Amino acid sequence: PGTARLRHSDPRGWDGHGGEEEVEEKEGWHRLYPGHIPTSPLQKALLAAGSAVMALYDPYRHDMVAVLGETTGCLALPNLRDKMKHHPEGYRILQERPRIRLSTLDTSRLRGLPDGSLGREYVRFLEDNKVSPDTRMPPKFVDDEELAYVIQRYREVHDLMHTLLGMPTNMLGEVVVKWFEAVQTGLPMCVLGAAFGPVRLSSRKLQVLATELVPWAIRSGLNASCVLNVYYEQRWEQPVESLREEIGIFPPP
Amino acid sequence: AVRLCRGRALLSRLRGAPRALRGLAAGPEMHFGFQSVTEEERREKIYQVFESVAKKYDVMNDSMTLGIHRVWKDILVHKMNPCPGTLLLDVAGGTGDIAFRFINYVRSVRDRQLRMKLKHHQSLSWQEIFENYQEDKFNSLGDSQVVVCDINREMLKAGKQKAQHLGYSEGLSWVLGNAEELPFDDDKFDVYTIAFGIRNVTRIDLALQEAYRVLKPGGRFLCLEFSHVSNPLLSRLYDLYSFQVIPVLGEVIAGDWRSYQYLVESIRQFPPQEELKAMIEDAGFFRVDYENLNFGIVAIHSGFKL
Repeated sequence: PGTARLRHSDPRGWDGHGGEEEVEEKEGWHRLYPGHIPTSPLQKALLAAGSAVMALYDPYRHDMVAVLGETTGCLALPNLRDKMKHHPEGYRILQERPRIRLSTLDTSRLRGLPDGSLGREYVRFLEDNKVSPDTRMPPKFVDDEELAYVIQRYREVHDLMHTLLGMPTNMLGEVVVKWFEAVQTGLPMCVLGAAFGPVRLSSRKLQVLATELVPWAIRSGLNASCVLNVYYEQRWEQPVESLREEIGIFPPP
Repeated sequence: AVRLCRGRALLSRLRGAPRALRGLAAGPEMHFGFQSVTEEERREKIYQVFESVAKKYDVMNDSMTLGIHRVWKDILVHKMNPCPGTLLLDVAGGTGDIAFRFINYVRSVRDRQLRMKLKHHQSLSWQEIFENYQEDKFNSLGDSQVVVCDINREMLKAGKQKAQHLGYSEGLSWVLGNAEELPFDDDKFDVYTIAFGIRNVTRIDLALQEAYRVLKPGGRFLCLEFSHVSNPLLSRLYDLYSFQVIPVLGEVIAGDWRSYQYLVESIRQFPPQEELKAMIEDAGFFRVDYENLNFGIVAIHSGFKL
């Protein structure tokens, strides 16, 4: 069913009146999930290039980073999905499709948990860095509904990555997390972000990055099992240390 | 869902046949790009489109047309060739591009007039020269005025900000209004322009009737709009560019794919040159003619109220 629908995103269907019927179908009826915008391969290529340039030019355009991830993830995402399918916890996540949002999180309960537990540290991270899980962009250009969920899950779990790695949301912290994610997921967007992110850092930070943080991030990423296979919502009480050990993340320097 | 698709497709093909009737919108079903919606839905959706694009309107125009839209607008004002004292109504004038060009043009014509006048007054006394400069200083536009009318508050807001930024204040006013029902008296304006706006009007016939109403006898109607490219090769390249590149530009530059998808679809849905000419004649205009720019990518239609 997925491939039959993709047939309609052939650019040849786009001429004037003859294509009108197909396009009308595509617009109204070929949306695989709310917010889905079907795109042709040429459009995806242009989007990937454009969003990469724009993301570098204006780092505040988080939507461009998201678009880059979606348009370049066609190999990595199915890979991730398969990893999840073959793992019992990951499989459950794919079935139940949990979402991390302020409306679903009981922040007061999490705050009440003991220090060092995942829930407590996560809420502390959100408050210290003044971020919210609701600011993650919903996917638009992924042409498979399950893969769209996978990338959505990856985005929502990003803050938990920060918590597990103990990295803040400044440029340095983000780059370290990107290195970890690049090794873990293989998403080209992470690889690009990891490679080009340091461009905007001072030389002192670059040194710390190169000598300590990145090697640690890579080692942890390689050693750890797939982070998307952890049902975080059921592990709020678990201490962060124990979860790190379980996944295989080495203690942060 | 598939059967519903086929039904819709059939409807669109039936609607596609009597294109001349589209402007009269006989039934409740209308087009919004390639979707079919009711009249009310269409107005609402178009309002939302322009509300969201208002801030990046000019940047997007430059990137989509590679700056050529400026040339098109210049050509429109040159064709208009206004003399000082002209009263212009610029409908769907949004961010003021036509209005500013009109003011510049009239100013330069006025300057030339003044210089010519002074050249002929070689033997004036200092007192007389001084008086000449005094009265002409307050008349740099020669009583010309332009009223910018737009249905969308955000676009008007963007236009006013731009005017302030560029230093336009004299002879310029901004009015919120609907092209289908203009808030002006009959026989008021010398020239009526609508640049890249008539495509978004839900009832084009009403807009044309209103244009006829508010123009003075002898007044001129000018419409600058995307039109149809007849050259088959160019048409394919144009379609490719429109559908593949423009929504991507919209997403990357303005973070808004859908509005620009609507834009390119609405161009395809708009009546071609001859049909628009017929509609303008139906509204009562005489000497209706059109000029293709860039092989029909854009066309300027002109008519007179006699």
